[in-house]
Amino acid sequence: MSAGRAELSGRGGLRSRPRGWRATYQPDRRRRWWRLLLTSPSGLGSLLVLAAVVVTVLIGPLLLPHSATYINPIERLQGPSGSHWLGTDDLGRDVVSRLVEGGRTSLLVGLLVMSVSAACGTLIGLVAGSYRRLDAVLMRLMDGLMAFPGVLLAIAVVISLGARLSSIVLALTLVYTPVLARVVRASTLLIRQLPYVEAAQVVGLGDARLMLRYILPNLLSPLIVQCSFVIAYAILAEASLSFLGAGIDPRAPSWGMMLRDGQRLLGPAPWLALAPGITLFVVVLACTVLGDALRDALDPRSRERRADGIAR
Amino acid sequence: MLTFIVRRLLLVIPIALVTGSIAFFLMHLTPGDPVSLMLGSEATPARVEQVRERMGLNDPLLVQYPQWLLRVVRFDLGDSYFLNRSVASAISARIVPTLQLTTYALAIALLLGVPAGVLAALRQGSLLDRALMLLAVAGTAIADFFLAILLILLFAVTLRWLPSGGYEPLREGVIPHARSMLLPSLALGVSLAGLPARLIRAALLDVLREDYIRAAVARGVPPRRIALGHALRNALLPALTVLGAALGDLLGGAVIVETVFTLPGMGQLAANSIARRDFPVIQGVVMVSAAAYLVASLLVDVLYHVADPRLRQGAADDAANAARGR
Repeated sequence: MSAGRAELSGRGGLRSRPRGWRATYQPDRRRRWWRLLLTSPSGLGSLLVLAAVVVTVLIGPLLLPHSATYINPIERLQGPSGSHWLGTDDLGRDVVSRLVEGGRTSLLVGLLVMSVSAACGTLIGLVAGSYRRLDAVLMRLMDGLMAFPGVLLAIAVVISLGARLSSIVLALTLVYTPVLARVVRASTLLIRQLPYVEAAQVVGLGDARLMLRYILPNLLSPLIVQCSFVIAYAILAEASLSFLGAGIDPRAPSWGMMLRDGQRLLGPAPWLALAPGITLFVVVLACTVLGDALRDALDPRSRERRADGIAR
Repeated sequence: MLTFIVRRLLLVIPIALVTGSIAFFLMHLTPGDPVSLMLGSEATPARVEQVRERMGLNDPLLVQYPQWLLRVVRFDLGDSYFLNRSVASAISARIVPTLQLTTYALAIALLLGVPAGVLAALRQGSLLDRALMLLAVAGTAIADFFLAILLILLFAVTLRWLPSGGYEPLREGVIPHARSMLLPSLALGVSLAGLPARLIRAALLDVLREDYIRAAVARGVPPRRIALGHALRNALLPALTVLGAALGDLLGGAVIVETVFTLPGMGQLAANSIARRDFPVIQGVVMVSAAAYLVASLLVDVLYHVADPRLRQGAADDAANAARGR
């Protein structure tokens, strides 16, 4: 899956589970969702994996003996060993150090893209769901963005703006904002029909306050679920971009680039492609599984359905 | 019915305009002067200025934009900086392998995904169900280029059964063509198969809760006929419409898979143009893919309405309501 937007819309926010929607404010459930997440094997497992990855990426460069960019031709193409756990590449650089360094970029891009597109998507979705006049304009704009295949749109933006972190984040934000905006808009439309929102309107609450205090809190659970999928697909997309040579910096290590270099040496040194590929797979899988576990924890109905034997 | 198609067609126009505008303004964000890029470093400033004037690049953007739109509508996507030919001809020379790859990949995704989804739904909660759904999640989490590399490592490098890259056109014979396309199609298709599997499973489980299924059970219809005759027929359609949205991922994935397997398709053209900073070609590929997506989603929507009489009724109601001024 290269951009995963179809997967995102397939998983749908509310669109695929209108009956499961529970918008009333229930404090006890809110406090319990953390416990539910931590007691489900998939939720706990994926959180542990992600925590391990984050810790490794943060403190790894301080502890690892080798530099990620130090070229040492004498030790080129060594297999996994005691001193180089995952071997060395064709320039004698340590693969573990490069993985950790590349992971910093991947996670940073994932988190930035998630935050920025969540902010933009929420704003656009809230406004589109609240003002009918703006709705058509904003949603056609989103449809127009959705028509570009995600990876290709990102490539075009990165190429146009230059290979920098900011342009990659902007490019992937353009790819994922429409998806989040659609989810938020659909939820907003549903929430606006609920009696408590009508009551607040009757009392004479202003639009801004209504959106921020009454609608936004109830949007959070579908949004959080989608965000963990967006991180997963943004990390995948960043790897695709650097695999294609439209990544941040050709000199800095990144998982996509390591895969691209590893592909040339698949026969003599398969670990060069396997190490970044498996790492990428595990991180993306953990984010996806976390998203599913979050949905179960945040949306009691989807869990009940599962208990009824009518799982989704 | 006709009202729906016309309305759906009219909806495409603003979306296509937005898509086109994004592509146009993206092109003009590009740093550096396309003319000096095209003419090379030896060109004199006077010559650059002359070509700029001739190409209309000195006009204000708002003058250039409608002219550009008119050209795009006539499939004139400009000229490549490096290939010495027009973007349209470069793309049309490369489009066949891409069409083949995406078609085969979609077929593989459906052949794997639909039966997996049906099996998982019918054996819901069983070990088989869990294993299949785990595979589906894993399939969507694996990068298609990594899957491609794994397939090369297994079938080309280790077992030496299939070539690790290259392309044999269909006219060279079916077997050579199949040998060259099998691994790329598998790489793209398998990573896509998780989506139909999950969608079909969810849709089938939804349908199985309906009253008419319970009625069929009560009448003593054999379970297999209920599942495949009554339920699947109704579950397939909604699940497959969502798949229309997957076309974007399919095209994006094709770019990468073509690069890995050195297939001379549209995606490889785009990837090579990235390295050369050949902007018109990249924009052209992006535009063609977006147009393909718009046409495909239009077709899916229309076919859905043709196939599902309930929606036809809904559309007729909508039209009637609109006529009554509601």
